Amino acid sequence: MNAPRATTDAHEVGSRRLPPRAGEVIDRTASVSFTWDGRPVTAFAGDTIVSALSADGVRVFSRSFKYHRPRGVLTADVNDPNCLLTVDGEPNVRAAHRLVEAGMRVSSQGVWPSLRLDLKHATALTSRFTGPGFYYKTFMWPRRLRPLYRGVLRRFSPGGHVVGSGAAIGRYEKRYVFPDVIVAGGGPAGMTAALAAAEAGARVLLVESGHALGGHLRHGDAADLATLGVLRGRVAAQPAIEILTDAEVIGRYDGNWVGILERSPGGSIRERLSRGRPRALVVATGLIERPTVFRGNDLPGVMLSGAARRLVNLYAVRPGDRAIVLSSDPAGDAAAADLSSGGLDVTTIHAADGITVVAAHGRGRLERVTLSDGSSIEADLLVTATGWSRHSALLGSGGVAWGTAGRDAPAVDAMEPPDGLPEDVLVTGGLAGRGTLDELAAHAAEVGRAAARLADGGVIGTLSVALAPFESSAPYPDASDGIVDYCEDVSVADVIAAAAEGYDSIELMKRYTTATMGNDQGRLSAANLAAALARATGGELARIGATTIRPPSVPLSLGVLAGVPSTPVRETPMHAWHENHGARFVRTGDWLRPDSYGDPIAEVTAVRNRVGIMDVSALGKLDLRGPDVPAFLDIVYVNRWRSLPVGAVRYGVMVGEDGVVLDDGVTGRLEEQRFLMSTTSSGSERVRRWLEYWLQVERPDLRVWLTAMTDAYAAVNVAGPHARTLVARVAEGVDLSADAFPHMAVRPARVAGIEGCFMWRLGFTGELSYEIYAPAGYGLHLWERLMEAGADLGIAPFGVEAQRTMRIEKGHAVVGQDTDALTGPFAAGLGRIVPAGKPQAIGGPELDWQREHVDELPVTLVGLQTVDGAIVPEESSQIVDGSTIIGRVTSSRFSPTLSRSVSLALLRPDRAAAGSTVTIRLPGGAHVPATVQSSTVHLDRAGERMRA
Amino acid sequence: MIPIDCPVCGVRESAEFQYWGEVGEVSTDGSADVREARRAHYLQVNRSGWMLERWLHAAGCGRFIVLERHRTSNRVRDVRPERAPSSAAR
Repeated sequence: MNAPRATTDAHEVGSRRLPPRAGEVIDRTASVSFTWDGRPVTAFAGDTIVSALSADGVRVFSRSFKYHRPRGVLTADVNDPNCLLTVDGEPNVRAAHRLVEAGMRVSSQGVWPSLRLDLKHATALTSRFTGPGFYYKTFMWPRRLRPLYRGVLRRFSPGGHVVGSGAAIGRYEKRYVFPDVIVAGGGPAGMTAALAAAEAGARVLLVESGHALGGHLRHGDAADLATLGVLRGRVAAQPAIEILTDAEVIGRYDGNWVGILERSPGGSIRERLSRGRPRALVVATGLIERPTVFRGNDLPGVMLSGAARRLVNLYAVRPGDRAIVLSSDPAGDAAAADLSSGGLDVTTIHAADGITVVAAHGRGRLERVTLSDGSSIEADLLVTATGWSRHSALLGSGGVAWGTAGRDAPAVDAMEPPDGLPEDVLVTGGLAGRGTLDELAAHAAEVGRAAARLADGGVIGTLSVALAPFESSAPYPDASDGIVDYCEDVSVADVIAAAAEGYDSIELMKRYTTATMGNDQGRLSAANLAAALARATGGELARIGATTIRPPSVPLSLGVLAGVPSTPVRETPMHAWHENHGARFVRTGDWLRPDSYGDPIAEVTAVRNRVGIMDVSALGKLDLRGPDVPAFLDIVYVNRWRSLPVGAVRYGVMVGEDGVVLDDGVTGRLEEQRFLMSTTSSGSERVRRWLEYWLQVERPDLRVWLTAMTDAYAAVNVAGPHARTLVARVAEGVDLSADAFPHMAVRPARVAGIEGCFMWRLGFTGELSYEIYAPAGYGLHLWERLMEAGADLGIAPFGVEAQRTMRIEKGHAVVGQDTDALTGPFAAGLGRIVPAGKPQAIGGPELDWQREHVDELPVTLVGLQTVDGAIVPEESSQIVDGSTIIGRVTSSRFSPTLSRSVSLALLRPDRAAAGSTVTIRLPGGAHVPATVQSSTVHLDRAGERMRA
Repeated sequence: MIPIDCPVCGVRESAEFQYWGEVGEVSTDGSADVREARRAHYLQVNRSGWMLERWLHAAGCGRFIVLERHRTSNRVRDVRPERAPSSAAR
C-alpha cells in the first residue's frame, strides 16, 4: 500500500452527459442546482445525486470502512454500498438512489480532512492492524486506555453524523394499510401479478424500490421499453392497484404482518412505515447482480453491468471512455451494446473463451486491467456481468428457511425454496426460477390469480405454470485477493485469515469479520462470502450454508421506527382554567396535571397558612358494589376491611403475589354495599386490570361489580387551616364539625349547587383537608366557585410540585418513587397496617416472611435530613459508606415550612437507627452528611393539623 | 404481532391484548408456605412448544381469555374464555 496521498480524482472539465437516450428519466428542460462538498453542481430533474455527479465527472464518492480506499459507483441503485452521503444534515443517504433537489447540500462523510486527501488512508499502511477482529485484539488492553481508544475509534467511524437534534431532517410517520394482497417488487413479474390479482377482484398494494415501476425493463433495450410501456399503461388503468414507489417491504412477520418502508411519502415527511396484514404476500423481488472478486475489484471505475446500463440508459451519463466488459451473462453483452451506442471504446471479454480478469490497477481509479492470458489493457471502466443472486432476504426474514437449516445447508446460490412456503406467501419472477419474459409473465399472472383466491378465502391450488430452477452462477475466479463485502471492507485475504484463526463456519465468519452486516445486509456479499469461505477451508460451497436472515431485511432509520408519538394525553375538566392561569404542566401516566402556577414555594406557604385547592381529578376511582365487596377488599388489600362502617374511609396498600407494593390509596364505604376506591393517578389502569383478574379468574364466586369511575368524577382537594371555613361556604346538607365529620370519613353532599357530590376528609398534604368529588361536567364550575368563595381567605391554587413538597414534609411515601420493584410494605414503613395471620390476602406468605425477617430486608424507608439544611440532595443520590452503597435518596425537596431540606430514603436497616449519621454522595461526587430521623414524618408528627 | 380470535369480539391484533402468563402447570394450591409460593410465582415452565397462556383483551371486551400458543412457531390453535361467567357473580 502507498503512503497517504491525494487521489487522482481531478475534476474533469466538461459534461459527461450523452445525447438523449430512449429510456432516459431526466428532464433536460429543468436544471437543478445543488452543492457537492461546497462546490456548485448543475443537474437535471430526475437525476440521482450520483448520476448528476457522475455526469459532472466525479468518480469517488466515499472512502471504504476500514482501509479508507476510494470508492466509486458499483450498482448505481438503492443497493449501492459505495455511495452513502450526507444530505442537508441527514447522514447515510443512499445517494445513488436519492433524487437531486434544488439547493441540496451534499457532502462526503467519514473522511478527514477531505474525500480527495484522506489521511485515514494511512491505516492501509499498517493493514495488519485492520485485519479481521482487530478491534477486539488491539483496543482491549490495558483497560484504563479504553476511553482513549473509544475517542480515536469514533473519529475513524465510517458512518455520517447527525447534526444537532436531527430535527432538520424532517418528520417520520407510521400508518396502517389494508390491502388484500401486497406485491413486493414492481418489475415485470410484480406488475403482472398485481394486474392479475386486481382483475380477479383483490385490492392490491404494489411496492417498488425504484422511483418508477419496471425493474430491469427501465434500463433495457427497445423491446424492454415497449413491454414496460404496455404494463405501465395497464397498471395505471387499474383502480384496484395502489402503487408505492421508492418503497421496500422490510419484513414479513407472524401471521403475514408486513412492514413497508416508504422513502419519499411526500410532503414534509422524510420517511413513513406502513404496516398491514394482507391475505396474501407476493414476493417478486427478483435477482441481484453479484460482484466479481479479483484484486482491485473495488477501484472506482469497476462496476456491475446494471450500473453501467442505468448510468447510460436512465441518466444519459458516459461512465468512462475506454471500457472493458467481462461477460458471462446476456446482461454483459447488453451493457457492451449500450456503452458502444454511447460512444465508448468497448472491449468485451467472454468468460466462455477461457479468459478472465485477474486484477485491476490504478491510483485511486481504474487505469489498467490484467487478464488471465497475461495481457494488460488500459481502461477507465471495467464492467462485470458474471452472475446473479436471488434477492431472497424478504422470504428469509419471513421465517422461510431456504434449504435445510444448519451447517450442512447448501450455500446461498444453491438454495431452493423449501417444501412449503407459508400458506399466505407466493413467489414469482426471477426469484421463483428461470424462463423467458413470456414464461415469467404467465407464471406471475397465475400467482396473482392465486393470491386473489386467497384474499377471497380460498386456497392457492396448484399452479399450472412451472419455471425452470434458478441456475447458480459459477463461483468467482480463483482469486486470492479482492473485496468480498464492500460495506464492511472485508477482503478474501481477511476471510482466509479469519478461517485460519478458527472462524471457519459461516455464522462465526460473519460475526468475526462483520461481513454481510453492512448497509447492503448481505445482498451483494453473502454469496461471495460463502464462496470465499469454501475456498479458504477447502470445503464444498454446497456445504457452507448461509447465515440466518432476520427481519428487517432493509436497514431502517431510528426515526421511522419511532414515528410520531401517538399516545393520547388526558386532560381534566379544569384544564382550560389551569392553562389560563399560567400553569406549567407535568405528565403523570396519561394525564397532564398542573405542576405549579409559577411559584410552588408560595403555593406551599398558602396551604400551610391559609387555604389552597388542587385539581386531583386524575386520581383513579373505582366503584365497587355488591354484598361481597368487604371480602374482596380483604383479599386485594393487605389490611382488614370487613369492619369498615358506612361513612368511613380507610387507607389501603395492595401488594402482588411477590409481596411487593403495587399501589395504595383510600377506599370509603358510601353505602352498605357500595364502596369507592381511589388509586394513584398512574396506577389506576393497572389496578383496575388487577382487580378484574381476581374477579374474573381467581374468585368468580364473589358477588362484586367493578366500574371504572376515573373520568366520571372531577375532584378538588381543599387544604389548609381555612379549609373548613371555605368548604362551609359551598357545601350543603353536611355537618362539617370535627365530631360529625372526622378525619378519614366520607359524606354525600350538595356542593356549589351540584347534586351527587361526595366529600372526603383526607389529603396528602398533612393539613386540614377535604376532597370534593363532583360529576365531571361540573368540575370547572366547582373549581371556579371555590376560587371565588375563598378570595377573602387568601386562597391559591397549588400544583403537583407544591403537593410533593408537602407530602415529603409529612413523610408520605409514593409508590414507585419511594418504593421500587423489590419494596414490600414492611420495607416501606407500612408494616403496622398489615395484620398478623390474616388469611386470604394476596401475597400472604411473602407478607408473613417479611414480618419475620424485617431486620434482614435489604432496605427500609426512613426520613433523612442533611446536616446543612441548605443542601437539597438530588433524588436518587446514593448513600454510601466508603465504597459501599447502603441506600439512596428517594424523595427530596426544600421545605419552606421548616426552612431546610427534607428527604426520604431507602436505607439498609442496620444503618437506619434514628439519630445516626450517614453520607450522601451527590451526583457531582461531593459527600454530604445527613441524619436519620426517628420517623419519615418531618412536620407535625402528632397530626394535629390534619385532625383539626 | 399476531392476530388473536377473541371469543367475545372476534379476530383482533395482539396489540389490543395484554399477556398475563402461563396457565396452571405450576401448582398454586393453597399452601401458605413461602417456598411453595415462590416456586409457583417464579418458576415458570416456558416450554418450547404448546403452552396454555392467559391474555387480557384490554383494549376490547376486557375479558381474560386462555390461548394455546406454540412458543416456537407462534401459532395459536385454541382460544377460549377464561371460564364461563358464573350467573351468580356476573
